[in-house]
Amino acid sequence: MDYNRVFVSKVRRLIVVFTLFSAFLGFGATAFAQTDSVAHHVQEATASAAHGEEHKQEEKAFDITSFIFHHISDSHFFTVWGHGEHGLHLHLPIILWTNNGLVTFSSSAFNFDDAGKVVVEKNGQRFAIAHNKIYYANATADAHGSYVSHIANEKGEEIVTNARPLDFSITKNVFSMLLSAVVLLVVFTSVASAYRKRAGQAPKGMQSFLEPIIMFVRDDIARPNLGHKYAAFMPYLLSVFFFIWLNNMLGLVPFFPGGANVTGNIAMTAVLALCTYLITTFKGNKDYWKHIFWMPGVPVPMKIFLAPLELIGTLTKPIALAIRLFANITAGHILVMSLLCLIFIFNSIAVAPASIFFAVFIGLIEFLVAFIQAFIFTTLSALFIGMAVEEHH
Amino acid sequence: MDLLVPEIGLLVWNTISFLLLIFLLAKFAWKPIMKGIHDREKSIDDALNKAELARQEMSRLSSQNEELMKQAREERDQILKEAKALKDNIVNEAKNQAQAEGAKLIEKARIEIENQKKAALAELKGQVSALSLDIAERVLRTQLDDKAKQQELVNNLLKDVELN
Repeated sequence: MDYNRVFVSKVRRLIVVFTLFSAFLGFGATAFAQTDSVAHHVQEATASAAHGEEHKQEEKAFDITSFIFHHISDSHFFTVWGHGEHGLHLHLPIILWTNNGLVTFSSSAFNFDDAGKVVVEKNGQRFAIAHNKIYYANATADAHGSYVSHIANEKGEEIVTNARPLDFSITKNVFSMLLSAVVLLVVFTSVASAYRKRAGQAPKGMQSFLEPIIMFVRDDIARPNLGHKYAAFMPYLLSVFFFIWLNNMLGLVPFFPGGANVTGNIAMTAVLALCTYLITTFKGNKDYWKHIFWMPGVPVPMKIFLAPLELIGTLTKPIALAIRLFANITAGHILVMSLLCLIFIFNSIAVAPASIFFAVFIGLIEFLVAFIQAFIFTTLSALFIGMAVEEHH
Repeated sequence: MDLLVPEIGLLVWNTISFLLLIFLLAKFAWKPIMKGIHDREKSIDDALNKAELARQEMSRLSSQNEELMKQAREERDQILKEAKALKDNIVNEAKNQAQAEGAKLIEKARIEIENQKKAALAELKGQVSALSLDIAERVLRTQLDDKAKQQELVNNLLKDVELN
């Protein structure tokens, strides 16, 4: 393999990723700053709770952090439009593995509560929901009417101390992911049948749209990194590429059934990266392991020194894969949301044109990023697998 | 950070459904799609290779044809040349033969003429001698009678024998 090329492209890629990542971190810092100011504001608000409704609305307008984090995090219902009881929502089933076994009920039982104020009783157990997480509810409500206990940690963030059942609910992310899986299956089985029906003929319709992309994955991702062994890994690479791409794109659609942040969720990217890791681990040949545990061509002390580093290296690769995709997609969502939130921060409709202009601009970049991230994830997967199955001479 | 801690339920669902998705896509989509693409690429390659071969065959044939034409033309020229030589030869021969024949005929005619002339001269000699004898006889006879008359006779005879 031509290491020089890999190195150069890797460096370039690293520069891109670092830029994006530092942008994300930079943004994270401002987000935290806002958290502080919001927390401050909340304290003020509670201090002057007597002022009631008016103040509350004002507070809502400023609560950009929780607004954005609510949008990029998972949820137990899928909003089509509107807010709370006045909107149209898809109530997703809640499936819990509790101390007393399996419990299922609809998320509508919580009645849009997200602060632990509504208690659902099932199978003799009581559940409350706070910040999209389901807890075993306390017997009595606290001063704010919440059935879960909050404490502030050293950073000033409020955390809930109640015990949690194992939550296997079909959440917004799971629903969206299953939906994209169904879409992928329908689209690609129909394309496959087109290949069977029109064998040897020019592609047509959907087939002609997708074929160049499939060829791109084969000729620009799989073949350069995997050489002649590419065919065995094509199903995985194609699945990963189209899955990530479709979910990235769906995440950018602001209304139902899009809008879920599937590829911007660490659980999804971790699963994807784990698959790549398992393939490299189980498909890795003798040379691959030899280069990890007993690096050829270096003195023995160096071999001993390198072994743990190389071993850690095998783990950092999939972790970097997972973090990269998660960070990029989440950063994009946060960016678009916060640009739109500028209108509410300045509390003025005059900001809207600029805000929307920048949101559209970033949105277009996000379309590009959606593709690039799918491409990078697939390329790096192919590269790692290629390193594992490569034959040394 | 809540965002960095994966939810166990989400992990489980994602793992199950993603693995299932890969399995189903691999079996029902990627396999036939990759096979279709591969087969078509192969058939296109084959067709192009065949076209190239046919083109080479064509050019080979056409160059062969040209060679044949050239050969045929040369052969024709050769034959024509030979025919012309043959013709010249025949004509010359005929001419020579005719000339020889003519010469022979002329020679024959000349000999014949010579012969005829010799015969004529011999005959003439004979006649002359006979005539001379006759004259001499007559002269001798007349001489015996009259001298004058003898002279006259000789003159007359000589008048008769006007030599051509």
